[in-house]
Amino acid sequence: MSAPGQAFDPAQAAPFLLARAHNGWLGLRYHAHGEDWVELELPWREDLLGEDGRDVLASGPIVSLMDMASGLSIWQRTQTFRAVATMDLRVDYTRPAKERASVFGRAQCYRATRSAFFVRGFAHDGNRDDPVAHIQAVFMNIDARTVALPAGGADRG
Amino acid sequence: MAERPDIAVLTPYARSLGVSLEHWDDGVPVVRVEFSDAVLGRPGALHGGAISGLLETAGYGVLRAELARTGREAALKPINITVQFLRSGKQRPSFARGRIIKLGRRTANLAVEAYQDDPAKPIATAVINVMLADRDCET
Repeated sequence: MSAPGQAFDPAQAAPFLLARAHNGWLGLRYHAHGEDWVELELPWREDLLGEDGRDVLASGPIVSLMDMASGLSIWQRTQTFRAVATMDLRVDYTRPAKERASVFGRAQCYRATRSAFFVRGFAHDGNRDDPVAHIQAVFMNIDARTVALPAGGADRG
Repeated sequence: MAERPDIAVLTPYARSLGVSLEHWDDGVPVVRVEFSDAVLGRPGALHGGAISGLLETAGYGVLRAELARTGREAALKPINITVQFLRSGKQRPSFARGRIIKLGRRTANLAVEAYQDDPAKPIATAVINVMLADRDCET
């Protein structure tokens, strides 16, 4: 959340961006970042289970985790905090997350154009070499200052 | 057809998010989520992750209902989900309804639509692939 002209710093922006609404409800936390990637943590929580009687996180919150990590990776790569909308997002669940474990989501914005941002990433539960999910997503630039607003699009916090 | 199969449509996660079972439509569960802080993304708009959670709930719901109707028992394991975000979700209730495109012995393919005022104008759609594993031999 930078003032105009200032660089975007995920570590500083995350506490503000993750404090409220859906991201705050999930309890997402900043974990790490690089030049074009950001990693967030989704702490394990009793009420986010995918099945009664099994201590395994539902798959839905992983979409939220990766969606938000993707947004941050776009702002980090472009060093601009702007409105973006998820156009589509695919998650491949490669294995169940460990019981009662935090899930970490790392998203990388590998290509940015004036109107579109291409993101790939993965989620893991402690070991980056053994992901629980892989994702692929495309985001549109809906910042009114740079392009005309499209008719719709999902929004992010 | 069992109009209201005795199945748990809502996972603990779905209940926590505020998703409820709106009604059964010809054996298909229609699920609903109120607009609340828990599903809020950008100010005034639904979060894409929350919409995905609603879509997923409707998808697994229609599959569980069909398995119950046909007397099949299987553990459902997610393979993947692809969500298309089509319109911004406004500050009002959202609904989702799934359809089974293919139900095989080992996998199921589902199509799900989420909408607000008009089912003909979906705010998001999803394609979901699910692995069906025997309850006894978890793989």
